Amino acid sequence: MVHVASIVPISLTVGANRIVPAVAIPHPLGNPELPEDEERELRLRLVRRALRALETEVEKQTVFAE
Amino acid sequence: MAEKKYRVVHYLNQFFAQIGGEDKANVPPLIQEGAVGPGRALQQMLGEEGEIVATVVCGDSYFAENIEAAAEKVVELTSPYRPDVFVAGPAFNAGRYGVACGASCAAVSEKLGIPAVTGLYQENPALDLYRKRVYIVPTADSARGMKEAIPKMATFVHKLGLGQELGLPQEEGYFPRGFRINQFAERSGAERAVDMLLLKLRGEPFQTEYPMPTFERVPPSPAIKDMVSATIALVTSGGIVPLGNPDRIEAASASKFAAYSFAGVDDLTPDAYQTCHGGYDPVYANQDPDRVLPLDAARSLEKDGAIGKLYDLYYVTVGNATSIANAQKFGQAIAEKLKAANVDGVILTST
Repeated sequence: MVHVASIVPISLTVGANRIVPAVAIPHPLGNPELPEDEERELRLRLVRRALRALETEVEKQTVFAE
Repeated sequence: MAEKKYRVVHYLNQFFAQIGGEDKANVPPLIQEGAVGPGRALQQMLGEEGEIVATVVCGDSYFAENIEAAAEKVVELTSPYRPDVFVAGPAFNAGRYGVACGASCAAVSEKLGIPAVTGLYQENPALDLYRKRVYIVPTADSARGMKEAIPKMATFVHKLGLGQELGLPQEEGYFPRGFRINQFAERSGAERAVDMLLLKLRGEPFQTEYPMPTFERVPPSPAIKDMVSATIALVTSGGIVPLGNPDRIEAASASKFAAYSFAGVDDLTPDAYQTCHGGYDPVYANQDPDRVLPLDAARSLEKDGAIGKLYDLYYVTVGNATSIANAQKFGQAIAEKLKAANVDGVILTST
């Protein structure tokens, strides 16, 4: 499992092992200030990063910030 | 000397009541007059002021297999004796017996309105089940600790029997029940915090005023080797539900989760989906629910072949002041269902 989470410290506290930092609490996978196509692109990047996290072997809690 | 003795009813399993061992573990609740087994030692310590008027006995397996009915029966048998206090065990680290003691104490105390106390080892699974509802005195892990446990429980029964007010868990020697009680402190929070910090820096023991909950740690799952043939599921605590919130997931302190199919759907639109989460500004999620549950992105990755398949169902609850116990329960249930459906990986999104 990968946790795409707006508040990474909470995700770390509750024990998620793979964490992808999200954008903001009311729109973790979007940004209403961006034009629609850029927002879709942003979301796609985050989901791709989430998949990469799932493909990565981890031994301890890991934040996939890049 | 008290003119009127306080009355005590004691609960024991078949073994400590000397009815039998595992062969008698299926005996339903029954009642005996007076003190039995360890109850006799307890009676000695209570002296002249209290009296164990009866002992309820039940087989451990019977109780564990019929918890509610058995507890109900214990209340029924206890009630005619009009006790002032109910005491159970001690059950040490015995699982079934511990549950029987905890459930009996909780039921009697709640139905008859009298205080109840039992004794358990700190790792007995019944401790966390019942510590909020009854007083539980720490004991050793086996009956070898009976000699130490009885006086501790007797002191407790005595105080409760005399109607004395009990102090804080660490003063009276029982497991904290999780209640918060307001009190006035002589020194401000800032001063107390600095004192604690200084003690900590010096490596000396200190007592926190606000213990943090402890969260379970799980070992990381292995990496997905073959993403292009993997089935991936979406799960969210962000409250994205079909319009109208058909299962009425609560906006806060959710008591449930739900699963919905988005088979054939490529994009979450405001005419069909919404958020029911009460803990964040819903405007952005209601404009475009993909901002919380990224279906459009997941579908395009499925079409491009980056993943094998997006699982047809998504799971949703509301993570807003949700109790840890409920959250764990939801998590375990969802994980079991996804595993049974051969899902290889999960993307959980949280607001």
